[in-house]
Amino acid sequence: MSVFVDKNTKVVYQGLTGSQGRFYGLLNRDYGTQVVAGTNPKKAGTDVDGIPIFANVGEAVAATGANVSCIFIPAPGVKDAVLDAARGGVELVIVITEGVPAHDEAWFFNELKRDFPNVRLLGPNCPGIISPGQCNIGITPGHIAQPGGPVGIVSRSGTLTYQALAELQQKGIGVTTCVGIGGDPVPGTSFVDCLQAFEADPETKAVIMFGEIGGTAEEEAAEFIAKEMNKPVVSYIAGVTAPAGKKMGHAGAIISGNKGTAQAKMDALRAAGVQVGLNPTEAGDLMAGIVAKL
Amino acid sequence: MDLLEYQGKQLFARYGIPVSAGEAVTTVDDAVAAADRIGYPVVVKAQVHVGGRGKAGGVKLAENADEVRTHAGNILGLDIKGHIVEVVWIERSSDIAQEYYASFTLDRSAKQYFGMLSAEGGVEIEAVAETNPDAIAKIHVDPVEGFSEERARAWVAAAKLDPAATDGAVDILRKLYEAYTDGDADLVEINPLILTTQGKVHALDAKVSLDDNAVFRHPDYEQYDESQPRDARERDAHAKGLQYVGLDGTVGIIANGAGLAMSTCDVVNQVGGSPANFLDIGGGASAEVMAGALEVINNDDKVRSIFINIFGGITKGEEVANGIAQALARVQIDAPIVIRLDGTNADEGRKILEPLLSGRLQMATTMLEAARTAVTLAGGVVK
Repeated sequence: MSVFVDKNTKVVYQGLTGSQGRFYGLLNRDYGTQVVAGTNPKKAGTDVDGIPIFANVGEAVAATGANVSCIFIPAPGVKDAVLDAARGGVELVIVITEGVPAHDEAWFFNELKRDFPNVRLLGPNCPGIISPGQCNIGITPGHIAQPGGPVGIVSRSGTLTYQALAELQQKGIGVTTCVGIGGDPVPGTSFVDCLQAFEADPETKAVIMFGEIGGTAEEEAAEFIAKEMNKPVVSYIAGVTAPAGKKMGHAGAIISGNKGTAQAKMDALRAAGVQVGLNPTEAGDLMAGIVAKL
Repeated sequence: MDLLEYQGKQLFARYGIPVSAGEAVTTVDDAVAAADRIGYPVVVKAQVHVGGRGKAGGVKLAENADEVRTHAGNILGLDIKGHIVEVVWIERSSDIAQEYYASFTLDRSAKQYFGMLSAEGGVEIEAVAETNPDAIAKIHVDPVEGFSEERARAWVAAAKLDPAATDGAVDILRKLYEAYTDGDADLVEINPLILTTQGKVHALDAKVSLDDNAVFRHPDYEQYDESQPRDARERDAHAKGLQYVGLDGTVGIIANGAGLAMSTCDVVNQVGGSPANFLDIGGGASAEVMAGALEVINNDDKVRSIFINIFGGITKGEEVANGIAQALARVQIDAPIVIRLDGTNADEGRKILEPLLSGRLQMATTMLEAARTAVTLAGGVVK
C-alpha cells in the first residue's frame, strides 16, 4: 500500500518535450512508472521515445487513461497548465516547476478548491512523489528509496526529502510513500493532508516529517498530530541558524518577526509527542528506534 | 524585493493611489532645488530599508530652503540601524487629522489574501495587535472571487474610520488591492493612511515588497534590484545569480536546495563550527554555477574551509564534479574543501573528483562526517 500514487498510476507529463521534462519523464519510466503520455499543443501527434504527445491533458486522459499529471512547464505557463490538468480530468496534479509567482499559486489553489474539489495539487516547487518499487513521479533519485514500508515520508524541501530517504535506506528501512510538498508560500498539499493519508494507510506504521523555517505549516501539523494521529512521528526542522528577515533561498523559508522560527516549530512538535531530531541523521536514528519496536 | 518608500509611492501612484508630490534626491543641493519646486513646508525623509527612521532623526519638517539644507545635510549619510542613508525623499507636508493603517499580504495558513485595516495607524501594527487587537479589522479575500466595493465598504465600516474618510478609504483600498495583485506584491502597506484636515484620504507612507518570481511579467521591476540592501559578498553572489545570505562564521557553505543549505549551516553549527554563509546553487546547477559559487566563497576573507554538500536530484553528480574541477583550474581557492556528493549520478561525479583529491580537497560520505571535517579544517574544535 501507499498514499496518493501506486503501481496502477498512469501519468501524463506536461512539458515532456522540453529538456527537463524529457530527462525526468524517461527516468521515471525507467523506474517503472507508467508514463503514458505527454502534452504540447504544438507537437500533438508526435512522440517522445515512443510516448505519445497530445495537445492537452483532456485528450491525453481520453486516449490513455492517465489519472495523474506532472508539470515541467516553465513558471510563466504553470497557471494555465494546472487549469488544463484539472479540466482534463486527472485526480492529482504535481507541479515540479520552481519560481512560480505567489499570486498564481494562490489563484490556482483556490480555483481548484472551488471548481475541482476532487483534484489534489502537489507543489509547486516540489520534487514530486515516490512510492518506492511502484512509481516515481518527479525528480527524486529512485535508487535512494527503499521499497516496502513501514515508514511514510513528508518533507517541504526537495533535497532534504532525498536526505530523509537516504537516512532510512542506510539503515535498511523501507518507505511506503515519500511526498515532497515543496517550499513555496502556497503548497497545494500540506503536511496535514499527508499525515492524514499516512494515518489512514494500513501499511504505513510511522511517519518522518522534515520541515523548515517560515510559515506555520509545522505548527498546524503538530496540532493535527496531537489530536488525530496514533502513529508515531519523527521530525526534523531546518533553519536553526537562519537569521530573521532573510529569505533562505525560496519564498517560503523566511522568519518574519518572531514567527516561523525553527525553535517554535520544534517546541510545538515536541509538545504534540513528536520525537524531534536536531539533524537529518539524528531523525533517522530516532526512526530506526521506533521501527525496531514495531 | 523590498522597495524604498519613494519607490513604493511611485508604484502606488501608478495604480491611482493618492500620494504627496515629491522627489527623490541624493545631494543637499538637489534637495533644496526639489523643495523649491514642490513648495514649502516640505518633509525630508530618509530612504532606508529599515523601520524606526523617525526616532533615528531620519524624518524632518522644513519650513524653508535653509532648513532643507540643514536637515538634508544631517540625514544624507546618517547611519540608521546599520543602513547608511543615500537617498532622501522630499515631499509636500500634509495636514494630518487622522492616521490609519491598511495592508494586504498572503495568509499562508488560510491560503487566501489577508487584509488589515485600523483606525489606529502611525504606530507599528504589531504594537496595536498586542495592546488593542479589536482595533484591527481583518478580512480574507479569495483570489478567485476578488475584492468588491461592497466588501471594501463593509471593511471600512468595521474598522470604524471617521465617516468623512469612508469614500476615500474605499477607493484607496480597492486600488491597494489592485497594486497588490496586479503588481505581484508580497506585501503592500500604508502606515499611516491619513485623513487630512481638508477631508482628503491619502497614503503618507508606502511599504511594498515585490515577488522576485514575478519579474518576468514586470520587466521594469529590475530597476529596484540595485537598491536592495546587500553586503559586498551578497552583491557578488547576486550578480552571479546565486541564492546567498552572508553570515558571520568561518565555514563557507555550498549546497543544492534551500532546505539542504539551511540544514548544512545547522549541522556545521551543531558540531562546533560556524557557517560563513548560506548558499543554495539551486536545481539544475551547472558547472558554471558551481564555479561561480566557489569564487564568491573564496572572496570572503573570513572563510577558513569550504563545505560543498550536494544531494543530486535535478543537479547531476558529474556536473557538480566538473564544476569543482573547472573552478579549481580557474581560480586559486585559498581554503581547503570537503565535498559530500550523493544522489543522481553521484558515482560518476565521485570518479571525476578522485584524481583531484588531496589534503586540500577531501571527500566525505555523510553530511555529519563532512561537517566535522570542515570544522576541523577551519581550525575549530569538533563537539
